[in-house]
Amino acid sequence: MIKTDLYTINIGPQHPSTHGGLHVEAVMDGEIVRDAIVHLGYVHRSVEKIAEARTYTQFIPYASRLDYLATHLPTLGYVQAVEKLMGVEVVERAQYIRVIMAELSRIASHLVFVGSLAIDLGATTGLIYCFRDRERILDMFEMTSGQRLLASYMRVGGVSADLPEEFFPAVQSFIKDMPGMIDEYNGLITGNEILQARCKGIGVLNPDVALAYGVTGPNLRASGIAYDVRKADPYGIYERFDFEIPVGEHGDCMDRLVVRIKEIEQSGNIIRQALEQMPEGEVRGKVSKVLKGEKGKEVYHRIESSKGELGFYLIGNGTENPYRVHVRAPSFVNLMVLPLISRGGKLQDIIANIATLDPVLGESDR
Amino acid sequence: MANNTDRDKAFNNVRAILEDKYEIANDPFFTYITANSDSLLSLMQTLKEQLGINYLSNLTAVDYGEEFEMVYHLYAIPDNGQKLAVKTKIPRNRAELPSVTSIYPTADWQEREVYDLMGILFSGHPNMIRVLLPDDFVGHPLRKDFKKEG
Repeated sequence: MIKTDLYTINIGPQHPSTHGGLHVEAVMDGEIVRDAIVHLGYVHRSVEKIAEARTYTQFIPYASRLDYLATHLPTLGYVQAVEKLMGVEVVERAQYIRVIMAELSRIASHLVFVGSLAIDLGATTGLIYCFRDRERILDMFEMTSGQRLLASYMRVGGVSADLPEEFFPAVQSFIKDMPGMIDEYNGLITGNEILQARCKGIGVLNPDVALAYGVTGPNLRASGIAYDVRKADPYGIYERFDFEIPVGEHGDCMDRLVVRIKEIEQSGNIIRQALEQMPEGEVRGKVSKVLKGEKGKEVYHRIESSKGELGFYLIGNGTENPYRVHVRAPSFVNLMVLPLISRGGKLQDIIANIATLDPVLGESDR
Repeated sequence: MANNTDRDKAFNNVRAILEDKYEIANDPFFTYITANSDSLLSLMQTLKEQLGINYLSNLTAVDYGEEFEMVYHLYAIPDNGQKLAVKTKIPRNRAELPSVTSIYPTADWQEREVYDLMGILFSGHPNMIRVLLPDDFVGHPLRKDFKKEG
């Protein structure tokens, strides 16, 4: 038996497959990964501390920068937490607009997932197809908020502006084209033999481990546990929509991909229902221009973001500034299992594992 | 969504099991349980084993000057109507608590984050080092007395 010394290979922080400033120190025994040590904090900007010096409304743009791939989801979670803290009612039309925007964000984020998984595993064309379609969502964001990536569109009590005329044909045609897009992804990416070889049976996350480590979102569902905050603890008006929770069987990289593609379909269903049910009316209720959190009152509000359970913990102190803001970031918690699913595999599997855990570093590092 | 009777049932369930040992309160969103640093671990163990609370969603700390308050938000997967917030106060001059990683492994990085940003030590934690800030960073920025200027 030949003995080899352990050696380390650094993946990142400057590496395209780490999707931002993530640094993974792979401890190798020949070709086998013995450990994958995660180093975080390269994009830490202390948003929780910043929040204490901002008013409740001023924090909205910071929230949108948490998960810059799905901009409306973190802002939605944040404004809903503020609404809970202050007992603010949200007008009906805005509720529907929020759902449409949140689900479009989820699709946009999952498209980055699918495309970047493809390119991380060497299939450059896959990325282009997903980004072609994602572009249409960003165009819609631009129509509604003037911003493509970091739209601070949510407001306490509603949204900043009504949907413009041109939004409706754009979203309708997007929904109509979606089945065709999904067929393309399945044909080009999911069905690709090389991609399957790189993903099937790789990075298996067993359901017990996923639960113990607090993994949420599509990563948990890929391991076979049908847990979705939109169903388990509905927020906003999600109770009014009929949709399914796709689950995987094996909890490997392949399942994490397939579950997300199915979720894109479900988000399309929700948007279709929301467009049908949406009433006319105001998009922003009568909310005081000065928002003050009651002293000592606290809330913890969670939503199902594209990455998992995104929570906001707010404490008021009787002024316009919060006493404390904490963000429970799904990307941060989900990354904890990266070493567990990478040990015993090959170096190239770490790339597939990072890509399919889908962390967004703006959120994990805060 | 759990309606009012479900919430009441969940609350009564918690009360029946924990009332004689812990202080329990209720608001429209959460059931609050107050523990001290000695009883924290046995409380968590009871929650997990007797109430099926298998999911520690969030944990964080708040700086109240003379003391810190740790707060843990817990649920069950699949959902059983329980929404629990466990709170523990610890003095600032002896900011140390037992780690709950042995019961909820998900606390690992989250406790490291609290140590990193708030300066609370968790005894029994397998790897009590900073997680977000560089190793040579001085101070804990989320403390209210952290000096922000130069």
